[in-house]
Amino acid sequence: MHETSAQQVVHAPPQGFWRKYVFSLDHKVIGKQYYALALVAVFTGMFLSWLMRIHMVWPTAKIVGLELLSKNGAPGGVMTPEYYLSLLTMHGTLMVFFVLTNAPFAAFGNYFLPIQIGAEDMAFPRFNMMSFWTTFLAWVVLMLAFVIPDGPPIAGWTEYTPLSAVGRDAGPGMQWGASLWGISIAIFCIASLLGALNFIATTLDLRAKGMTLMRMPLCTWAWFITSCIALLAFAVLLPACILLILDRHAGTSFFIPGGLVASDRLQPHSGGSPLLWQHLFWFFGHPEVYIAILPSMGIVSHILINSMRKPLLSAKVVIYSMLSIGFLSYMVWGHHMFVSGMNPLSSLTFSFPTLTITIPATILTLIWLGSLYGARIQLTSASLFAIGFISMFVSGGISGFFLAQPSLDIYLHGTYFVVGHFHMVMGVASLFGVFAGTYFWFPKMTGRYMNETIGKVHFWFTFIGTYLIFMPMHYLGLIGNVRRYQSFVNDYMAPYLWLHKDMTIAALITGAAQFLFLFNLIYSRFWGAPAPENPWNGTSLEWSVSSPPPWNNFGDRHPIVYHDPYQYGVKGSKGDFVMQDSPEVLASGD
Amino acid sequence: MGKFFAVVLVLVAMLSAYPIIANYFPLPVDISTHGHLIDSQLHDTMLEAGIAFIGAQLVLAYFLFAFTGRKPDAPLKNFPGGAKTMVIAAFLIVGTEVLALGAFGQKAWATVYFVPPKADALQIQAQAEQFAFYFRYPGPDGKFGAIHPDKIDEGNQNYFGLDPANEVEARDDIVSGELVIPVNREVNLMMHAKDFGHSFYVRELRIQQDFVPGLDLAIHFTATQIGKFEIVCTQLCGLGHYNMKAYLNVKSQDDYDKWLKEQSQ
Repeated sequence: MHETSAQQVVHAPPQGFWRKYVFSLDHKVIGKQYYALALVAVFTGMFLSWLMRIHMVWPTAKIVGLELLSKNGAPGGVMTPEYYLSLLTMHGTLMVFFVLTNAPFAAFGNYFLPIQIGAEDMAFPRFNMMSFWTTFLAWVVLMLAFVIPDGPPIAGWTEYTPLSAVGRDAGPGMQWGASLWGISIAIFCIASLLGALNFIATTLDLRAKGMTLMRMPLCTWAWFITSCIALLAFAVLLPACILLILDRHAGTSFFIPGGLVASDRLQPHSGGSPLLWQHLFWFFGHPEVYIAILPSMGIVSHILINSMRKPLLSAKVVIYSMLSIGFLSYMVWGHHMFVSGMNPLSSLTFSFPTLTITIPATILTLIWLGSLYGARIQLTSASLFAIGFISMFVSGGISGFFLAQPSLDIYLHGTYFVVGHFHMVMGVASLFGVFAGTYFWFPKMTGRYMNETIGKVHFWFTFIGTYLIFMPMHYLGLIGNVRRYQSFVNDYMAPYLWLHKDMTIAALITGAAQFLFLFNLIYSRFWGAPAPENPWNGTSLEWSVSSPPPWNNFGDRHPIVYHDPYQYGVKGSKGDFVMQDSPEVLASGD
Repeated sequence: MGKFFAVVLVLVAMLSAYPIIANYFPLPVDISTHGHLIDSQLHDTMLEAGIAFIGAQLVLAYFLFAFTGRKPDAPLKNFPGGAKTMVIAAFLIVGTEVLALGAFGQKAWATVYFVPPKADALQIQAQAEQFAFYFRYPGPDGKFGAIHPDKIDEGNQNYFGLDPANEVEARDDIVSGELVIPVNREVNLMMHAKDFGHSFYVRELRIQQDFVPGLDLAIHFTATQIGKFEIVCTQLCGLGHYNMKAYLNVKSQDDYDKWLKEQSQ
């Protein structure tokens, strides 16, 4: 505990438009900037998925205005097969990096981690500003791929080599589009490394007096564990991207073996290994799944406790489970590569740690479920999404049990079973955490409530819609429906096209419902009902400051923490809860 | 709202499970000797996962039904045994079962990958390229000619880059766009990628294996049923990926011999 550093004024009050809103050092502004970037990215990504799904089931459909997006990619408004793959790549990259990493982790973590531990700002505010603007630069570089004549790359968000490494002979988008992808992700890695360091330093050094590690709220724990994962994961992806760029532009052959003939040209490379890229990529890629989901687990726990009005069965068990998931996440990357041609014995070695992750994941689920027992659950938009998260986490997580087994992966790898699995658990479940967090913390961030009616309608459309889109993908996977196909020319898929059409319609409706959320966000920002300091009767430190908090969070006050973060269901002076910084003595003791 | 949510969750659980229970999306017919191991493992996993899925959703639904909309002074209760029950349940029931089932399930994997092909297995080489598969048979001499990447000439149908002018072994090699194999005979498929990563996936064979550039792999299998089955590429390989397919044509030994004879003429 370093209460002295927490009391330091880390930077001067912001002056002027640029310092206040653009190049701000304030972690809250930076958090909102991350959120805004994620919002732009998620709507872009969703829009791309609409285009893909429409094209997949109506391949000859003329999409109005698509020609404006790309003349080569959609001559006359009809998407070409290669442009489908471009959109697929951009959808995955935007969603994984700029949404699932930015929103639950960088956005909410930046805004609330310092407040929740009683700090005035992050440990390194200038680094923090740099992290965001570097991320922004990465996004700009990636989006440039849409405007260059070559178009975005077609190798998917995993950019498997040698397809991504040899340049234009690999097809459209692979000359400059793929280079932009590599540069963008390398920049993103730098930004994430800076951010992760900052989170770790802040958590370890800037906690207020009395804020022991075990008194940190669960979401703070989740952000802390996530930053430790991110620090190692992005540190491997960064050199991998640099090697890829060298292969592409400096004539090296890290990922390209000899004797390849592509587009009738013998490629001037030799000695590299495509599996090396896969190992490096998935060494990042699997922990990335937990970078996406752990913050949401923390956020959901934090919100559930508040809406149940009682603590979880054990916060400690939740923390240890999250820690063990983080630890195990580094031993399982090979389960993405069961049929990749690596030594079949390693498949078994990777299978068991993967199956072992079931244990902490089950503990978490059982703790959430079991804690609901005997609670006084209040259903708000925030808690609906938090509870929806549990349902989604179970549904999406359980199919991981199939894919963790190499024997079953022989059949299911490369099918829609995988697509359904990771969309539900890594995509939608994480986003449910983000939605829950948004409805929950919006009053704190803006001083206004979001509209609850619209919020609930948004929830029902999203919850039911998600099941309608992604559950059938598992069925299709079982019959061997191959993924990453722009349309289905396989004879065996013909009888099931109707299901794909239904899923497309579900995706269009569910996607449209997200505009309710966008509307709610904008409308409530300006015209929402004013919210008090502690609208949900919360206990953690963010509820002890005004809504929105002042630039230095606690004004001249230096919060002192007396209790663990979840004193709910007790007799306090304000109701059934006692705040962390309230010196009240609890009957049960703390 | 809590009761409504509970009903939705019950419906979600039931409607999600129904197509599986009713076998609405059946696995394709299994034409391999090892496939039944995969199928039964899939069946057992589905059973276990299905119970966990339905159980979790129903418990969530029940707790929502019972514990929402309670009065502010309703007593708070804790689940009997608290966190300890959950941890023990996770370790004993879920952990043990998952790990045990996972361990037993490795048998199918071992059958495919750890048992070497028989000495008399039929040797065929597969080459994957943007966006086609080609299959090569060694011809009467039983030997494959060497691959020379610089001699590959698609225009003259020299897909493998053979050099029959200088190499005797290459002269009688047979190249086909269709994988023709005899029924009930083990095939050792040697996999070579010409340009990028591809994959060999035949649903009915329960086989999926990537082609890795620079790394020649082999996979072996025995087809038990005569017929034509689709081979599709499952590794994103470029703009025509969706259209990269070929056929596996399983023939009787007689028909296969006849076909081979026609090809070598």
